Amino acid sequence: MTELPKKTKRKLGLVIDLDTCVGCHACVVSCKGWNTKNYGVPLSDQDPYGSDPEGTFLNRVHTYEVQPVEGEAQLVHFPRSCLHCEDAPCVTVCPTGASYKRVEDGIVLVNEQDCIGCGLCAWACPYGARELDAAEGVMKKCTLCVDRIYNDNLPEEDRVPACVRTCPSGARHFGDFSDPGSEVNKISESRGGFDLMPEQGTKPVNKYLPPRPKDTIKEIDVLSPLLVPVAEEPKGFMDWLDKKLDGF
Amino acid sequence: MRPAASIIIFTSFSGIGFGLLFFLGFGLPAPRGFVALIFLGIAYALAIGGLISSTFHLGHPERALKAFTQWKTSWLSREAWLALGALFFMTIYGIGLVFFGVAIGLLGVLGALLSLATVYSTSMIYAHLKTVPRWNTPLTPTLFLVISLTGGSIITGLGEITLILLLMTGVIQVIVWIRGDRAFYGSQTKIETATGLGREGEIRSFAPPHTGSNYLLREFVYVVGRKHASKLRLICLVMMIGIPIALLSTAFNFLTSLVAAFSHLAGVMVSRWLFFAQAEHVVGLYYGKRVGT
Repeated sequence: MTELPKKTKRKLGLVIDLDTCVGCHACVVSCKGWNTKNYGVPLSDQDPYGSDPEGTFLNRVHTYEVQPVEGEAQLVHFPRSCLHCEDAPCVTVCPTGASYKRVEDGIVLVNEQDCIGCGLCAWACPYGARELDAAEGVMKKCTLCVDRIYNDNLPEEDRVPACVRTCPSGARHFGDFSDPGSEVNKISESRGGFDLMPEQGTKPVNKYLPPRPKDTIKEIDVLSPLLVPVAEEPKGFMDWLDKKLDGF
Repeated sequence: MRPAASIIIFTSFSGIGFGLLFFLGFGLPAPRGFVALIFLGIAYALAIGGLISSTFHLGHPERALKAFTQWKTSWLSREAWLALGALFFMTIYGIGLVFFGVAIGLLGVLGALLSLATVYSTSMIYAHLKTVPRWNTPLTPTLFLVISLTGGSIITGLGEITLILLLMTGVIQVIVWIRGDRAFYGSQTKIETATGLGREGEIRSFAPPHTGSNYLLREFVYVVGRKHASKLRLICLVMMIGIPIALLSTAFNFLTSLVAAFSHLAGVMVSRWLFFAQAEHVVGLYYGKRVGT
């Protein structure tokens, strides 16, 4: 049903740390790998070994250059996937009821048997979290690895989303935001976790952590005062030459 | 946004078809017998032809009937119900006109109002999207409704009312364009809010997440219409408004109405192409595609 639940029992989601993400795209690959073999239809590729390859992905990593007013520019790697919004606009636009938000844990899912592939949910999502699969004609999106996190057949440490499990720099955290004492809430609060596009009114569950400020290196070279250039204005022969050349 | 041919044909044709049904429902004109059949036939061909065309852009058209289920929240679902309702009442009304020579006024008015409501719900599919600031305005349903009524009135041949509607369409269309050109940069959504990195400094997309294209880039990011936009707007105004006014203010007869209707329809299709092609979706911000223009 495309009516959003007033309240979900839990709020499962991710904290993504823009400070520690190194932009390796391992989360992109593990996401594609797991979700091609499990929930719903595979994530197809078109012309994968040709000159113009493309495909469906549920997670993509952008890289931005951030230039502060003073100091060096900084590169920020920015993973982008479904934020499992509390007020998910993709759910309410769905004409068939294929898109829904689960009452038990807040995960936004697509029932692919009901999806007509109209694309309206992707139009309504400001984050580009949904991609229509070109081979199957149905909408694909992050499931928060719903088939991993409750899967008793997996060892306990694997019962997290594939992207979280694979991240080599610990930039992704998975947990329940409805529990005030949860690790994700603690990390988000202590590091100033923020929402993407809060003005769109979607109330995202996933939080992003800002990059930490860069260290400044103190000048410790005792000889450096002696290396300051001494001649600001030319003198002698160079002064004469300078004036003669100016005179031309 | 990608200007999909099926959606342009759908919104243009069914818009005019439902506009025609609106006037027929109110008995303007109220033909009987064979003439009524012709009028209703044109309206049905436009309205239903457009609706069928809209299913061509679906990934799974065979499941289209499921779209009737979510009328509580989805404008697309509401549109499906309203269209069905309008066609249902207009069909009974039409049977009365064609076969029995009677106009059951109540059914006609009900069908007329549902026809207009269908056009409104179509426009609300676009107007309610916060992700496309150009569309997210009451001007979108205003334009869709006035275009629908204008098209309907040209075919029914309503004289001065048609001329007034044509002028109104022209004025509203120009207002829509002027407002629309500023909408994206006037909206609160920027690359700073999209990435949340506004406090850190000036943000530039350094490397895209993928070297090839994808669904998002094709569907939402590339804005096709910029290059020839002003020429197309002029063509649109001439075809949609100028030629019909010139013809219909000279003479109201079958030939001028026919040429005016085709010219108007062609103009409406240009207007709809621009409506989609020039619309900017906020997801483009993530790809650094909405900077500086």
